[in-house]
Amino acid sequence: MDVSQDETLVVGGRKIGSRLITGTGGAANLEVLERALVASGTTLTTVAMRRIDAQTGTGVLDLLRRLGIEILPNTAGCRTAAEAVLTARLAREALETDLVKLEVVADERTLLPDPIELLDAAEQLVDDGFTVLPYTNDDPVLARKLEQAGCAAVMPLGSPIGTGLGIRNPHNIEMIVAQAGVPVVLDAGIGTASEAAQAMELGCDAVLLATAVTRAADPERMAHAMRLAVEAGYAARHAGRIPRRYWAQASSPEIDGPRFD
Amino acid sequence: MKVEINGTAHDLADEATVTDALAAIEAPEKGIAVAVDGQVVRRADWASTRLAAGAAVEVLTAVQGG
Repeated sequence: MDVSQDETLVVGGRKIGSRLITGTGGAANLEVLERALVASGTTLTTVAMRRIDAQTGTGVLDLLRRLGIEILPNTAGCRTAAEAVLTARLAREALETDLVKLEVVADERTLLPDPIELLDAAEQLVDDGFTVLPYTNDDPVLARKLEQAGCAAVMPLGSPIGTGLGIRNPHNIEMIVAQAGVPVVLDAGIGTASEAAQAMELGCDAVLLATAVTRAADPERMAHAMRLAVEAGYAARHAGRIPRRYWAQASSPEIDGPRFD
Repeated sequence: MKVEINGTAHDLADEATVTDALAAIEAPEKGIAVAVDGQVVRRADWASTRLAAGAAVEVLTAVQGG
């Protein structure tokens, strides 16, 4: 039996080979990052745009190109639509890609998306020809509006960035999935493998995570765990789980048992 | 003339272009993008874009993040 009934994930007309999208932030160094990326099996990975520094140069870019991993620039650190649009345009110029992970956060403490600025930036970038993947709140209404604005995917958070609190509102994620006509990527909040599997079981098309791997005690091993979790969750979702029941249901035959009286 | 490149003051020739600013900080050729006073300057225009005195030049690249 062929159990690999995976349909390839397509985002904005691009085939994405792995449903585990990773970030590069938080790794102790490029050697650790390389081992984690390879173990994750990822084919799409985020980078941030910052002022060039003579010391670091273009090291992370060189690494991703050597590994053949597609680059997804983000707009991390932007607080307004104007900043995010300019950052996305600079990323397109530097990296020769029209993909952008759009992040517009409201404040440093929560790093929650600012929905007003996010939608404004998404509209501008779609008009400018970008393939926009917005990091968004777990709000089904905002997700729908981002899709209507022409975003190629929607990426709701499970919980705030870097918290490892998992998926705080699974029902909202299910509602986003139920109405979405574009891929849904669970982005942010994953702490361990079961949560990545849960995202896929809820119907997400992919998971994006960074901290859970890069700041794990053993990033390479956790990357491997996340890869398995995403595959397992995806398979379980499409296998059709059993309905939940209140009372027990015997899984052994109830007739012709031995009699000991 | 003085221009600011990534927040640091640099002294460039009066006729200096974006290309000259990049040379001043020894920026690599690939994997970078430039904004002058908040506007993106396309790679094809670097050599022909003259900087004004006091211009703010931002030179960005990809770093670990996200």
